[in-house]
Amino acid sequence: MAIRRKLIAGIASLLSVLLSGGVQAASDLNMRPGVTETSIGAFDLHMMVVWVMVAISVVVFGAMIYSFIFHRKSKNPTPATFSHSTSVEFVWTIIPIIILVYLTWPAVKLLVKMEDASESEMSIQVTGSQWKWHYKYLENDINFFSNLDRTLAVDDPNYLLEVDNMLVIPVDTKVRFLVTADDVIHSWWVPDLAVKKDAIPGFINETWTNIPAEHAGKIFRGQCTELCGKDHGFMPVVVKVLSKDDYKAWVATKNDERIAAEKAAAEAAAASWDMDKLMALGKTTYDAKCGMCHMPNGLGMPPTFPALKDSRIAKGPAEGHIDIVVNGKTGTSMAAYGAQLTDAEMAAVITYERNAWGNNTGDTVQPADIQAFKAGN
Amino acid sequence: MSDHHPTGFTRWLYTTNHKDIGSMYLWFSFVMFLIGGAMAMVIRAELYQPGLQFVEPNFFNQMTTMHGLIMVFGAVMPSMVGLANWLIPMQVGAPDMALPRMNNWSFWILPFAFTLLLSSLFMDGGAPNFGWTFYAPLSTTYGPPSTDFFILGVHMMGISSIMGAINVIVTVFNMRAPGMTLMKMPLFVWTWLITAFLLIMVMPVLAGTVTMMLTDRHFGTAFFDAAGGGDPVMFQHIFWFFGHPEVYIMILPAFGVVSEIIPAFSRKKLFGYSSMVYATASIALLSFIVWAHHMFAVGMPLAGELFFMIATMLIAVPTGVKVFNWVATMWQGSLTFETPMLFSIAFVILFTIGGFSGVMLAMAPVDFQYHDTYFVVAHFHYVLFPGAIFGTTAAVYYWLPKWTGKMYNETSGKIHFWLSMIFVNLTFFPMHFSGLAGMPRRIPDYNMMFADFNMWASIGAFGLGLTQIYFLITLVIAIRSGKKAEDKQWEGATGLEWDALPSPAPYHTFSTPPKVD
Ligand code: HEC
Ligand SMILES: [Cu+2]
Repeated sequence: MAIRRKLIAGIASLLSVLLSGGVQAASDLNMRPGVTETSIGAFDLHMMVVWVMVAISVVVFGAMIYSFIFHRKSKNPTPATFSHSTSVEFVWTIIPIIILVYLTWPAVKLLVKMEDASESEMSIQVTGSQWKWHYKYLENDINFFSNLDRTLAVDDPNYLLEVDNMLVIPVDTKVRFLVTADDVIHSWWVPDLAVKKDAIPGFINETWTNIPAEHAGKIFRGQCTELCGKDHGFMPVVVKVLSKDDYKAWVATKNDERIAAEKAAAEAAAASWDMDKLMALGKTTYDAKCGMCHMPNGLGMPPTFPALKDSRIAKGPAEGHIDIVVNGKTGTSMAAYGAQLTDAEMAAVITYERNAWGNNTGDTVQPADIQAFKAGN
Repeated sequence: MSDHHPTGFTRWLYTTNHKDIGSMYLWFSFVMFLIGGAMAMVIRAELYQPGLQFVEPNFFNQMTTMHGLIMVFGAVMPSMVGLANWLIPMQVGAPDMALPRMNNWSFWILPFAFTLLLSSLFMDGGAPNFGWTFYAPLSTTYGPPSTDFFILGVHMMGISSIMGAINVIVTVFNMRAPGMTLMKMPLFVWTWLITAFLLIMVMPVLAGTVTMMLTDRHFGTAFFDAAGGGDPVMFQHIFWFFGHPEVYIMILPAFGVVSEIIPAFSRKKLFGYSSMVYATASIALLSFIVWAHHMFAVGMPLAGELFFMIATMLIAVPTGVKVFNWVATMWQGSLTFETPMLFSIAFVILFTIGGFSGVMLAMAPVDFQYHDTYFVVAHFHYVLFPGAIFGTTAAVYYWLPKWTGKMYNETSGKIHFWLSMIFVNLTFFPMHFSGLAGMPRRIPDYNMMFADFNMWASIGAFGLGLTQIYFLITLVIAIRSGKKAEDKQWEGATGLEWDALPSPAPYHTFSTPPKVD
């Protein structure tokens, strides 16, 4: 008896595990409904098509399977001889048209809503470049780059989906995104918001989202979805949603941070740095910002990304070296870092490049040199 | 002596015989299929687990690019031209293709075009790495130096395809046997005729695209560069104006193949012959006005999105007609399930699944969620592998006895079928799920949450890769030591090639046209 009860209990618990596993699996297999009105609309439409397609499959594949079983040669040695029927053909042309109209109508309604970015309450410019996003809050003096956090291990739940600076937006606000790019085409996608827009160099695309209040505090993750070169798989999009009050506080902190950073940068720029300090900051800056193209060992990936070891520019006059890093080179993926790095970082990374990997020019470039260069620029 | 033919290497180099040229096309496409497949193995090996194990991201991009280009232009398209060469003259009762010397040239361009393309793997900066869709400015301003070789290669493939298409059209219009009216032609001939028109319309557009790329890269134009007043989105419009009909170029001949095979093994006439012809023609016409459904995320005006969404959904109607006709052909037939029939049935079922995901992708508001994810990869592999490639495979099994006079081993064929069926689904079905879960396409590394789907897909892909070796062995054994085939190997087969010709078909056939009534 006891054994039987144990057995039953065992089977029951096994079943419940399987069942919940199955339910869990089923939700893992499907699209996520997301959190906004449009993403839920897209999800509903997706489910509607899925069920229509399942129904059609049952009819069509059912008829085929019936044929395989009952119209095989051993069951049906003499084939029928019909080869057309105008009425049947008419019916199966009309029915799909009706189904399509049934599917198209909600799709049109949803599409019209998705494409209406009017009456937005705030705007953020999203700029893609190889291989990071730049966010600029048009109503506030806030802008920052968002780079992949390369420190996470493969088994981290946010591996490849974590950045150094997340985009932060408030709930219950219609936020308009103006999406563009600096170099090649990228695409900005956050699945849970059903927002995907191509970032196209030279053009500005518009899209929007509005996240309901109950999602305050949540973080949504997506990725670049247009092949944009070597590190296309390594430029995630991370959006953090805050309640309206928290968002205000965040904007205030960001402003304070900016003022403090400007002051610190000015102080750093005024100071004179020795070689060791420049090299240390230079290496961190280089590994974070330049290494993905010029490679940590300075050998680059010629001819696409030139080597900096023994490069004519890195070993030539400092002026030319500063010029290419500050202004970049149009028409190549060498971006202008003038506005992305502080003068101290800039001086450090240039000094590093001039002395690492056996370049050994012995020069130091000081933040003051960068300031002077920019002033004369 | 109708069976006299030259020997040695020059037989193949100088040949103007449609059967020789057809065989060369088919073998060439098989070689390309194996090379493109090997690249797919590299891709799937890298994606077997999260983390970067085998290749660098840049090389990964070269693999996805070359895999796509080789499969589309090197494997699928030439295999269809190979079938056309073998079958169209025999099916319309012509002695050869209308323009045999041009036929020779259009084949012999290909090995050079692909040598050029493949050699770019060994060039400084590597092979093209911007995807087979080569969107500007990634392929123009930012493309590796080998991009110029890619451009020249595409031009050569284009010339070859256009000449092949001209040949088909001229043959069909001028070389039919007396009594072979257009509406008596086998459906394979019809689908190829329509395909040939598509080719002539869009291959020049592709040539234009790559030429504009070339001048943007080297001669100071700015077609696709906003800084010079151009527009990168225009590239996509032009590319997909070629690219969408291209999709039908790859699938229509396969429609023709299964429309021959299903009636043969149902021992019943094809249901709705004329509606099949009209459906094929409507699909071809519609294919010209749907291109921008590949571009819903580029920021088109609402009116444009609505137009392309609705036009695309309309394609489901003629496609549905075809599927219903195939099912009705089998209905109350007298079915047997030899290898060609098995591949054709799998074609109908799996192609229909690819069609379903196609309708889903057509709906712009949901497409924003599917676009450029693995869902799209699943979709187009369903229409290309169990679609175009199963179609060709079915054709090879069906006509092999006619071509070689030898029968393949039926058990081997069936094993090949079941391996293909299992592994194709194991490879491509999980990709629907990784796409829905949010995995973008063309990435070399991914988050843990996509790991299971990718592992299954990779296991399936390795199996599918090995299955092709098995296919090769089955074919070689059949050709070298297969049983002698009968003149009319299949009980239900119809058409001039079965009724009026022995197996193997002699080197020269229909020197005097057959009588068709
Ligand atoms: C997205 C890839 C990329 C990144 C990131 C990048 N560069 Fe470059 N860099 C290039 C390319 C491409 C060139 C070649 C430009 C040309 O054609 O002259 C280049 C050229 C240079 C050169 C001139 C080398 C020579 O010998 O011609 C220097 C110096 C340089 N980069 C410094 C940097 C520094 C410093 C950073 C980080 C702050 C950086 N780069 C980040 C792509 C990159
Ligand atoms: Cu990108």
